[in-house]
Amino acid sequence: MADLKFTDAVASSGERAAVEAVLGDERALVFEHPRLVRGGTRRRHRLRHMLLPALHALQNEAGWISKGGLNYVCEELQVPPAEAYGVASFYEMFRVDAAPNHDGPVTHVCIDGPCRAGSTEAIATVKAAGGHVHESPCLGQCERPTAVFIQGRRGPDMVAADADPFIRPQQDGTGLRLLQRLGVVDPNSLDSYREHGGYVALTKAITMGPDAVLAELSDSGLSGRGGAAFPTGFKWSAVRDAEGDTKHVVANCDESEPGTFKDRTIMENDPFSLIEAMTIAAVTTGSENGWIYIRGEYPLATARIENAIDQARSAGLLGDDVAGSGMTFDIEVRRGAGAYICGEETALFNSIEGFRGEPRNKPPFPTTHGLFNQPTAINNPETLLNVLPIVLEGAQDYRCIGTEGSPGTRLFCLSGAVSTPGTYEMPFGTTLRELLTLAGGVTGELQAVLLGGAAGSFVTAASLDMPLTLEDTRAAGTTLGSGVVMVFDTATDLTDMCTRIAEFFKNESCGQCVPCRVGAVRQHEMMVDLRSKNGVGLAPDKRQLHADMNSAMADASICGLGHTAGSAVASALALGLIGESS
Amino acid sequence: MTGTMNPSEVGVSIRTVTISIDDVDVKVPEGGTVLDGCKAAGIDTPTLCYSENLTPVNVCRVCVVELEGSRTLIPSCSRPAEEGMVIHTDSGRVRHSRKMVLEFLGSGVDLSQADDMNSWSEHYGADPDRYGPAAEKINEEVKIQDDLYIRDYDKCVLCYKCVEACGDDAQHTFAISVSGRGFAARISTEFDIALPDSACVYCGNCVAVCPTNALQFKTEWDLREAANWKPEEQTVTTTVCSYCGVGCNLEMHVQDNTIVKVTSPNDHSVTNGNLCIKGRFGWQYVQPTITTR
Amino acid sequence: MVGLATVLGAGGGTSSYQEIEETDVILLWGSNAREAHPIFFHHLLKGIDNGATMYAVDPRRTSSAKFADVWLGLEVGSDVALANTVAREIIAADLHNKDFVAHSTRGFDRLKEAVEPYTLERGSELTGVPAEAIREMAHAYATAETAQILWTLGITEHHNAVDNVLALCNLALLTGHVGCWGSGLVPLRGQNNVQGGGDMGSLPDQLPGFQKVNDDVARAKFEAVYGVELNPNPGIHLTLMFEAMERGEMKAVYVIGENPADSEADIHHARKMLEGLDLLVVQDIFMTRTAEMADVVLPAAIGWVESNGTVTSSERRVQRVRAAVTPPGEARDDIQIIFDIAARMGHDWGTPDAEQLWDELRTLSPMHAGMSWDRLESEGGLQWPCPNMDHPGSPFLHSWLWADDLEGREPAPFSALVHQGPKEQLSEKFPLRLTTGRALDSYNTGVQSGGYNSPIRYGDALDMNPADATSMGIQDGEKVQVSSARGTVEMAVRYQPDIPEGLTFTTFHFPELVDVNVMTSDAWDKRSGTAEFKAASIRVDKLKAVAL
Ligand SMILES: Cc1cc2nc3c(=O)[nH]c(=O)nc-3n(C[C@H](O)[C@H](O)[C@H](O)COP(=O)(O)O)c2cc1C
Ligand code: SF4
Ligand code: SF4
Ligand code: SF4
Ligand code: FES
Repeated sequence: MADLKFTDAVASSGERAAVEAVLGDERALVFEHPRLVRGGTRRRHRLRHMLLPALHALQNEAGWISKGGLNYVCEELQVPPAEAYGVASFYEMFRVDAAPNHDGPVTHVCIDGPCRAGSTEAIATVKAAGGHVHESPCLGQCERPTAVFIQGRRGPDMVAADADPFIRPQQDGTGLRLLQRLGVVDPNSLDSYREHGGYVALTKAITMGPDAVLAELSDSGLSGRGGAAFPTGFKWSAVRDAEGDTKHVVANCDESEPGTFKDRTIMENDPFSLIEAMTIAAVTTGSENGWIYIRGEYPLATARIENAIDQARSAGLLGDDVAGSGMTFDIEVRRGAGAYICGEETALFNSIEGFRGEPRNKPPFPTTHGLFNQPTAINNPETLLNVLPIVLEGAQDYRCIGTEGSPGTRLFCLSGAVSTPGTYEMPFGTTLRELLTLAGGVTGELQAVLLGGAAGSFVTAASLDMPLTLEDTRAAGTTLGSGVVMVFDTATDLTDMCTRIAEFFKNESCGQCVPCRVGAVRQHEMMVDLRSKNGVGLAPDKRQLHADMNSAMADASICGLGHTAGSAVASALALGLIGESS
Repeated sequence: MTGTMNPSEVGVSIRTVTISIDDVDVKVPEGGTVLDGCKAAGIDTPTLCYSENLTPVNVCRVCVVELEGSRTLIPSCSRPAEEGMVIHTDSGRVRHSRKMVLEFLGSGVDLSQADDMNSWSEHYGADPDRYGPAAEKINEEVKIQDDLYIRDYDKCVLCYKCVEACGDDAQHTFAISVSGRGFAARISTEFDIALPDSACVYCGNCVAVCPTNALQFKTEWDLREAANWKPEEQTVTTTVCSYCGVGCNLEMHVQDNTIVKVTSPNDHSVTNGNLCIKGRFGWQYVQPTITTR
Repeated sequence: MVGLATVLGAGGGTSSYQEIEETDVILLWGSNAREAHPIFFHHLLKGIDNGATMYAVDPRRTSSAKFADVWLGLEVGSDVALANTVAREIIAADLHNKDFVAHSTRGFDRLKEAVEPYTLERGSELTGVPAEAIREMAHAYATAETAQILWTLGITEHHNAVDNVLALCNLALLTGHVGCWGSGLVPLRGQNNVQGGGDMGSLPDQLPGFQKVNDDVARAKFEAVYGVELNPNPGIHLTLMFEAMERGEMKAVYVIGENPADSEADIHHARKMLEGLDLLVVQDIFMTRTAEMADVVLPAAIGWVESNGTVTSSERRVQRVRAAVTPPGEARDDIQIIFDIAARMGHDWGTPDAEQLWDELRTLSPMHAGMSWDRLESEGGLQWPCPNMDHPGSPFLHSWLWADDLEGREPAPFSALVHQGPKEQLSEKFPLRLTTGRALDSYNTGVQSGGYNSPIRYGDALDMNPADATSMGIQDGEKVQVSSARGTVEMAVRYQPDIPEGLTFTTFHFPELVDVNVMTSDAWDKRSGTAEFKAASIRVDKLKAVAL
């Protein structure tokens, strides 16, 4: 609890209604009788996770988090206004400085990666039509630049390109494990999903029992696809073994690493597979609570997932007796609100819980102290999807594809200077050259490829024959990260691109720890300076300075964002892509 | 028939773990941190966001040490000691990161009144000028909104201590929080409203924990402005607050027979360093200048 | 602390602050500790954070009550009724600690009989609190592993203050929530060193260390050291003193550090009595209203910051106070003044020295014997009893209740109590209840706390439920006339949804602005001498329009 004090500002009736619609019946204070009020810390903590949805409601209604609106939410949830303001001001999609001077939606235009080239024009077009623009970091639509997202006002959010039909790049579908159903199955229909082999794996997993599933999982060598490549079997076993009655399964669908859009592709086109895989995770780890945290700029994915959850629940595949197993499991969807850092697993927990999306120090790890400080299995959707073939075919068969160190297939997000950008599934060990060829080849002359996203690093044509595995990329000092393969031809100004990457980290740093908070700013300043000199002639002492900053960020930051904030720039410098003497 | 005994009287045996710090074996009570181990080994460690009366937030990263087998450095202030850990507190990596943290801070924040940090900066050879005069600064105007304490966020290193003291580590008022993100993050009330309009109850517990003097009692601020702040001439006397029966220990900081500020010892079982508005600020009637005696 | 002493034999809070951090259930009863004892409340908050459930019993939904899981807003003065109802429910549900009751208490049957009429329904009628909530609190308290009851002036500033305390003691005895770590009965001392004053014998019938003046053995010990004969007859407390003044029996008064001309419940009467004295001597650090009336004023040094000595806290912790600044002008240390007066009367007591005086006390008061000056310094204070130098001090009291032989003591008595309600009934003429209390940033009559510029001070206003105020056509902030049977003041109304209809509230910190104590009731408890600050009947009238 707290000493709550509110300013005189009151919410409009629209704001009240919008908030009430998301809060439902429960309140942090219950005025049972003129002489009896129930409240208290536990009740307040239990409801705190409604803060983020309530803020979304306010933003959508008023176009900003108004003082009165914030007061109202804080009273209903008994959250101190200063804390709620701290939370609201953390997110890109929430405006806190002043009421907007218009009543319309806001058009977010991506200024990252492949969208960068066309962004100036796109912005001008929106403005010319009287629209309101917000320059946005990567919107996760890199295969169809220039990406645009429309944040609604008193209405739904929209992405115009979502109306276009989905066409899977690998049309014939041979060899596809994870993408086999995409573009084939009706994403809105459970029946269609079942017709295409859906929910067989869950039935099998229930019959096998948790120990057998865990054994297969660990034999399969599946590792996390969210960036850190942590062994999934190990993670699930730890959650199963962790003490505590309440456990959680979380799908990390924040997907904000520049250049990444595979998770959106899955959620939009095969949402039931994610629900099924999470259900297997739940019955295997003994978790009753599921959460899907989807980045706020993915309206179609959110709608498809919500629909899939509803249908699964109606069919008894979620709820009190999952598929007749006697086990309980259900899923709640949470929307992010524009913060790359909320993809970091512990920041994501804080975000769901209604706190600022700041990463926590590890240890303790999520397997014992995750969401609400309870044991939690958090995975990337791609990781989860791999569980279906592992359960169905067994670890042995699963390992037939890929390499010893990197079994299975991998989703690659190809974007930029290739003929057919999109999400591709290929066995681990495929070379970069093969991948580029698969995507129709490089348009123009290849300058560099950014592997792993903004948190990854650049490689050049010299690396075209590198097999794309965890072990080979690691040995080459680079990373697969979230599967980003962003291709740049010689027409791209990489100094500008690196300056933008530096700016991205500066903007997206949560600001908690000194190395990242200040280091990202200093790196950006250095890049701006270099760009002003047309990208040439970086003095040796500046190179040293960057090396100093990069190593401190990598060594002393709290989380992966800081650890990798200097990596792309450092690789570009090392490869001579930027900063060479003229 | 027995009632429960006071655990402290039962003589609970305290279990320890042994870790190696700079090649010396050190025993740390179970649940203790690597920093506790460093203290036990007599190793001086810089800390900024750590305080014994607050939950470690491990955000400043100036206390990092090297743990063998760990990819990155670890914050000694919050990392629980585990049996068999091998720690290095003065390796090249450690010195480099500490230096960089101090340098980064110095390049954006006014550390002029953070004496501790200045000597550490010197120790590690931090050179904030490396980033040039154009390096972005915090750039905040001092906030003087009442007669009790001022907020000069130009000096703020965002250590979160004040937020913790105001929140569930002590005061549970939650008048302030971190707002914004990244370098633009600031300690703030909701919508940055003036402190007297906020939930603040003027306990001054935030001021007490601030390591850089960004939060400063108005008395100190005024004396500094008048170039009359003389810590070397001050005496500190511990006594007990007279405003209620709880028995809070007060440290009276006195300069020229005038009380200039009041603190409370962090390690006292009654206050843990915290006071209320009366104990913290209610002494003005004592001053000879305004007494009615 | 007459009530506690009656039941348990020692008038001190039973528990230390650390225990509330570890207790399971907290009943905060008639205490706004968030504002009156903020640092104690920090310990309580740790308890809540560690999982304790808190019930706040108070007519107002105070800032403390807002931290509670459940607030029970009982009618002013219905504490005995509520406690009796809780007791009856505990017995009826068979949740009392039968072993403890049989072994460590006496009078259970009497209690059972006395609380029998207080069914949940009746309790609910008398207190205004829904029966279900009373039941819930009773069960939570009784079934908790450890539980504490805390109270302050809301319990003691009533005409039946002692009954209130005894009623709470009943609950602890029924459940065995006393005498062991984590459980207890904790009166929070409103003022600095009230506990210490009691320790040092400044009660009408006591010598230092809670020894009785009419106990010949104890008195003889003091007489031997002091070298004088002591009066064996108990004296009288403040309220009786005023009655003695009224009867003309008391003609001279020496006031040290009190301001009765501002702080007594019915101050018109108090001031008249003080004016009628032959001699009034006031020793104070301020020129108070009482001092202004005095024949002789002795300017004193401030105890806590200009003198050396000790004080005792609500957890019975004796701690050192030290001079940090030198007093201005002719102000002198209290003990110096007393030494000087003794000298004028022909007794040379030498030069006062706080440590010497303390060591003398240690020879006379067994519970302080182990507290050397050095130990008080090095151990951050010690909790009494601390009978010898090897004793670590006592975090909690009354472990004897759990000893097989009760350490030779009598079992603790239950008390049979009857709900009386406030002395002053509501009437057509005075239909509203007024109760008073403290604000966080102020203290008592405000003489000290007025010295700094608090940004959160809002002044004395009459808090009213907005429904009451609007039904009388009174705006928020409107100045009104507030009257009781004893007087009338003008003050502003503040809308306060946190108090139930029919109740009003004000602080009493600004006598020069608002003579609130002009209105409060002069009923008082004969046993403890506390006046009924908590329950007056008043009326509120709109001011007549002033012709311009
Ligand atoms: C700044 C940052 C952003 C991240 N964003 C994502 C993300 O959007 N999706 C994701 O699955 N993992 C993301 N991660 C990785 C997660 O922290 C975590 O490792 C992952 O969700 C675990 O799932 P996995 O084992 O299935 O990969 C991010 C990490 C960092 C440091
Ligand atoms: S590394 Fe950056 S994003 Fe991560 S916790 Fe530190 S400041 Fe926040
Ligand atoms: S003075 Fe107290 S209440 Fe106010 S901001 Fe500081 S810690 Fe919070
Ligand atoms: S104001 Fe002081 S205590 Fe608060 S975050 Fe800044 S430096 Fe830390
Ligand atoms: S003192 Fe350890 S991170 Fe700040």
